[in-house]
Amino acid sequence: MFLVPDFKGIDFFPHNTRLPFMRFKTLCFGLSLLFMALSLGIIAVQGFNYGVDFKGGSLIEVRAKSGTADITAMRQTLGGLGLGDVQIQSFGTPADALIRVEQQAGSDDEQQAAMKKVIEALGADFEQRRIEVVGPAVSSELRRTGLIAVLASILAIILYVWFRFEWQFAAGVVIALAHDVLVTAGVFSLFNLEFDLSTVAALLTILGYSVNDSVVVADRIRENLRKYKKMDLTELLNLSINETLSRTVLTGVTTIAVLLALYFLGGAVIRNFTFAMLFGVLIGTYSSIFIAAPILDYLGIKRDWSDAGTKPGRPAGAKA
Amino acid sequence: MLHFDRWKIIAIIGTCLLGLLIALPNFVSKESLAGWPDYMPKRQMPLGLDLQGGAHLLYAMDTAELKKDWLLALKDDARKQLRDAKIGFSAIGVQGDVAQVRLVKPEDSDKALVELRKLIQPVGNAILGNSGFNIEVAAGSEPGVFTLKPTSQGIQERVQSAIGASIDTINRRINGLGTSESTVVQQGRDRILIQYPGLTDIEKLKKLVGETAKLTFHEVNANTSVEEAKSSHVPLGYKIVQSSEKEDEPGSAREYLISESVIVAGDDLVDAQPSFDQQTNAPIIAFRFNQSGALKFGEFTSKHVGEPFAAVLDDKVVTAPRIISAIRDGSGQITGNFTVESANDLAIKLRSGSLPAKLTIKEERSVGPSLGADSIASGKTAGIVGLLATAILTVLAYGTFGVYAVIGLLVHGIMVAALMTLVGTTLTLPGIAGFVLTIAMAVDANVLIYERIREELRAKKSPIAAIDAGFNRAFVTIVDSQLTTLAAAIIMFWLGSGPIRGFAVTLTLGILTSVFAAVTITRLLVSLWLKDAKPRSRTINVPV
Repeated sequence: MFLVPDFKGIDFFPHNTRLPFMRFKTLCFGLSLLFMALSLGIIAVQGFNYGVDFKGGSLIEVRAKSGTADITAMRQTLGGLGLGDVQIQSFGTPADALIRVEQQAGSDDEQQAAMKKVIEALGADFEQRRIEVVGPAVSSELRRTGLIAVLASILAIILYVWFRFEWQFAAGVVIALAHDVLVTAGVFSLFNLEFDLSTVAALLTILGYSVNDSVVVADRIRENLRKYKKMDLTELLNLSINETLSRTVLTGVTTIAVLLALYFLGGAVIRNFTFAMLFGVLIGTYSSIFIAAPILDYLGIKRDWSDAGTKPGRPAGAKA
Repeated sequence: MLHFDRWKIIAIIGTCLLGLLIALPNFVSKESLAGWPDYMPKRQMPLGLDLQGGAHLLYAMDTAELKKDWLLALKDDARKQLRDAKIGFSAIGVQGDVAQVRLVKPEDSDKALVELRKLIQPVGNAILGNSGFNIEVAAGSEPGVFTLKPTSQGIQERVQSAIGASIDTINRRINGLGTSESTVVQQGRDRILIQYPGLTDIEKLKKLVGETAKLTFHEVNANTSVEEAKSSHVPLGYKIVQSSEKEDEPGSAREYLISESVIVAGDDLVDAQPSFDQQTNAPIIAFRFNQSGALKFGEFTSKHVGEPFAAVLDDKVVTAPRIISAIRDGSGQITGNFTVESANDLAIKLRSGSLPAKLTIKEERSVGPSLGADSIASGKTAGIVGLLATAILTVLAYGTFGVYAVIGLLVHGIMVAALMTLVGTTLTLPGIAGFVLTIAMAVDANVLIYERIREELRAKKSPIAAIDAGFNRAFVTIVDSQLTTLAAAIIMFWLGSGPIRGFAVTLTLGILTSVFAAVTITRLLVSLWLKDAKPRSRTINVPV
C-alpha cells in the first residue's frame, strides 16, 4: 500500500468491444455531408447574429437596484429614443437585463452618444454592470482577425498532421475539422445565437479538441498498420476505433462534465462560450470516429513499412 | 522508465513545493498577505478587467486634424522665411494637402527656392539613420509658385511623436485621478489603449482624456460688434467664436469677435490650480505663466487696458474679462461657469498640457465592480465543481491509480497558478474557463496511459511491463495530441484582444503543466507504488 489502499477502478467498457463503425460509414458520411450543406445553406440565408465585437454598436448589462428588471417597460422607454434596433433580454438573474443597441450611422462618437442616451433614459434605478461599445473600424478589424485566426489554426494543424502522419491522415483531419467548424457555425446561425470573439475562441478550442481526438485514433491506426500487416484495411480501421473507444468516451465525459459545471455555474457572461464548447466536443468526438478515420478507407493507405516490426518495443510514430 | 533516482525524486518534489510557494499568495486575501513575513513570496496574479472591474478604452487620433495643423504651421514658417530674406510674395495659403506660395516677382524663384528648402528637415534618428525628409518643396504649375508638401515619412513621424506626446499627457491627467495600476500604451499606428482596473467613474476618465484642452488667449475686437461683423464682413485677421454654454442654461452661448493670432498659449502655463473667487466665492482657476508667457501677457495687457480679451479653450470662449490694469507678474485667474468639480478637472488638464489632436473612442469595454466580483465567485464555484467531477470520474474509472492521477491534477492546478503568477499574466474569466478546460485535458493524458496499461494487461503482459509500456507508448500520443491544441492556443494568443488572450495563455500554460503532471508526477507515484507492492506479493494485482 502506498498512500491509498489498493482498489480497482470500474472498467466501463467491456473488452473486445467490436462495434461495427465502418458499416455505417456511408450513412454517416452522407449525413455529415448533408449537415455541412445544410449549415452552409442556413448561414447563407440567415447569416450570423453577430455580437458587438463583429457588428459594432453597444452592449449594456444592467441590474435593477431593487426588485426585478421590467423588460417590457424598458423596451418602451428605450424604443422611443430613436436609436434604431434596440434588443433587450433578461440575463442571468431576473434583476439583470442585457441591452443591445445597433451600430449608429456616422462616426464613433455617435456610438458613445447612443450608449449615454440609453443609460440616461434608464435613470438611477439601474446599475451598469458591463458596457461594451465597438466602433465600425474596430468591428471590421475584429471580423477579419477572427476569420484569419480560424483559417490559420486549421492550416497549422494540417501542416502538423501532415508532417507527423501520411497525407491521407491530414486529409481526413481537414475534412473532420471543416465539418466541425461548419456545423457548429450552422447551429449558431440556426438558433440565432450571438456570434462574437468568444465564439471564435470556442471554435479554435473545438478545433484543438477535435484534432486531439483524431490524432489519438490516427496514432492507433498507424500502430495497428505495423502490427497486423495482413488485416483488411476496413477491419483494421474498425479495430483501431474500437480500441481507442474507451479513452474517447471517458475523456469526452470528463470534458463534458467540466463544461457543464462551467455552463451552469460559470456565470451568464461565458454561457454562450461554454455552449459552443459543449456542442463542439460532441461533434468533435463524432467527427474523429465517423469522418477522420473512415476517410482513410476511401483514400487507401501505404502499407509497406520498410522498418516495420524491426523494433517492436519502440513507440509508434517515433520513426515517422 | 519506471525507475527514479533519489535525486530526481527530490528535484520533482522540490519543483512542486516551489510551485506551491509561488502560487500560495493567490489563495489568501490582500490583507492577510500584508501580515506575512518578508521572506515569503507575496506576488499575486493580476486580475483582468472583467474580474476586478474597470475600463478598457481604445482611442484613435484624428490624424487629419494633425495634418491640417501642420500645414498651417508650414504656411507661417514659409511666410517668416521669405519675409526674413526680403522676398516679396503676393499670396500664401493652404490648398488641399499642400501649402502654396506665390511670389510677386517670378525672377526671385531661385532665391526663394533656396530659402524655402531651409525648412526641410531630415526624418529619422541618429541610430537608425536618415530615412528621408519631412516635406517636399517643389515648383508649382506656374512660374513663381511653390508648394510645400508633407511627405508620408514626415506625416508618419508627426503622428508618432503626437501619439507619444498624447500618452505622456494622458498619463499626467490620469495620475490626477489618484494612484492606480492604469496603463496607457500605443496600439498600431495612430491608436492609444487605456486600461484602468478598478475604476468606477468611467465617465470622468473619458472626460479627462476626451478633451484636447488647448487654451489660448486672444484679443477681442473692441471696435466692431459681432452683429456688425455678421451683417457686413468679418475684419481681416479676426474670427467669430462661440462661448461655452452655462450648464444650467442651454442656449446661453454668446458670440465673440476675436483675433486669429494668439497672445499667449497654454504651452506657456507653468501651473493651474482650482481656487475660489475672493468676492463671489465662485470656483475659479488660478494660473501662472512661465517667463516668456508672462512677458508676452504683460506687454499685451499694458497696451490694452480697459479693453476685453478672451480665454479660448478648445475653440470655445470660456471667459472674456476686461483688462483692469497691466498684469506683469504672469499670474491670473479664469472665471468661467465652473463648478468645483469642473474647475478641478480643467485645472488638471491645463497642468498636464494639451493633446496635439482630438482623440475619439473606437472601442470601449468596461465592467462594474459587482459583475467582476460575481464572475470571480462563479468562476471559483465552476472550477471547484469541475475539478470534483473530474476527480470522482477518474477515481471511479481507475481506482488507486485514479487517485494518483487526481494528485497529478492538483499539482497541475498549482503549477498553472504558479506559472501565471511568475509570468504576471492577468487572470480573466475566459482564463478561468481555459484553466478548467485544461483539467479535462490533463486527465486525458492519464486516461491514455491507463487505458494502455489495461490493454497490455489484457494481452497477458507482466504488470511491470504493462505499466512501463503504458507510459512509454501513450507518451507519443500525448505529445502529438497536445501539440495541436498548443498550435490553436498560440494562434488565439496572436489574435488576442484582452479576454481571449487570457484564455489562450492559461490554455498554453495548462497544456505544458498537464504533461508534467500526467507524465512525471503520476509516473513517480506509480513507480513508488510498484516499489512498495513488489515485496508484498509475487503476483502483483495492478489496481487500475
